[in-house]
Amino acid sequence: MFLYVRLFYEFFKTGLFAIGGGLATLPFLYEMSAKTGWFTAHDISNMIAVSESTPGPIGINMSTYVGFQTAYTYLGIAGGILGGVIATLSLVFPSIIVIELVSKVLNKFKESQIVQNIFYGLRPASTALVAASGMGIARVAFLIENTGSIAVNFKSLILGVLIFVSYKLFKLHPVVYIAAAAVIGIIFKF
Amino acid sequence: MKEIFKLFLTFAKVGCFTFGGGYAMLPLLQKEVVEKNNWATEEELMDYFAIGQCTPGIIAVNTSTFIGYKRKGVVGGIAATLGMVFPSLIIITIIAAFIRSFADLEIVGHALNGIKAGVCALILDAVIKLIKKSVIDRYTLILFIAVFFIALLTDISTVILIILSGALGVLISRIKARSGSGKEGA
Repeated sequence: MFLYVRLFYEFFKTGLFAIGGGLATLPFLYEMSAKTGWFTAHDISNMIAVSESTPGPIGINMSTYVGFQTAYTYLGIAGGILGGVIATLSLVFPSIIVIELVSKVLNKFKESQIVQNIFYGLRPASTALVAASGMGIARVAFLIENTGSIAVNFKSLILGVLIFVSYKLFKLHPVVYIAAAAVIGIIFKF
Repeated sequence: MKEIFKLFLTFAKVGCFTFGGGYAMLPLLQKEVVEKNNWATEEELMDYFAIGQCTPGIIAVNTSTFIGYKRKGVVGGIAATLGMVFPSLIIITIIAAFIRSFADLEIVGHALNGIKAGVCALILDAVIKLIKKSVIDRYTLILFIAVFFIALLTDISTVILIILSGALGVLISRIKARSGSGKEGA
């Protein structure tokens, strides 16, 4: 029981103070590892690998993994499942409160000129951040970087171009293209 | 009640197919939230992303809460967020309990490499759509280019970039209004 309270406390804190993408939760996990001894730094790197290779936001995946793993060690599988749920819900709890408050304020001042002007600046910046993050993924997807050498991964590049063109042409649901990309990756051993 | 359930299901679907962090879910959100259900406009989605990056919590959750709250208030926000995290809870729990070596499996690696290439293509399309709505004059073009390169080449926190951009938005609007009224006067 005490373990669950601590899980709630640690992940609530992370949800409240980690700002930005899911990887912003990382420093909090390292601190948690040092403070509680629930898991090691090596465990964290394993958890990152799993979180990045499964669907879902990385921050959420990490919380479920850590919560499960920690409670599982002490309380077995049923305890582990509950631990994962508690850690994940604790992480999103502060978000829900803060965003609902922000929404309330925003709705009230939506029409005001100053809010409109803020968004006039925010929108291109927000777009640029998405573009920059896309470049980060593109770098991993299309370049083969070894120490001292960089090569283009033509197989991936061709797949990327094909998907872009067929998305423009057929406008099917993005889910279809993600699933197709996974299947092509497996068949052609990307 | 029906729409609350739909919020949950829709965000569960988005969560199920988001690979590579909160930004990668943008193409899915455009399809589900903007095009299919008309829950928010393209502009609102951009605003939620921007605010979601400088408020506590991770972007994916913040954006879900925004959209859910907009549709159905507090309960809607909770339903959308729970939907977003639901697939993670199931998938990660199964992997953590039974398939510890999941990330090392060869087939997973191949699938992920394919997915990364596909996600890039989808994000490119999403960004083009956003640019059409957000880069509307030369000031916003300069702002877009500047933030893009700063984010790409430096470690400056996105929180700072977002706050500065909002402030610049106010400043530029002032200057535009002043020079506009100046012209009218002349």
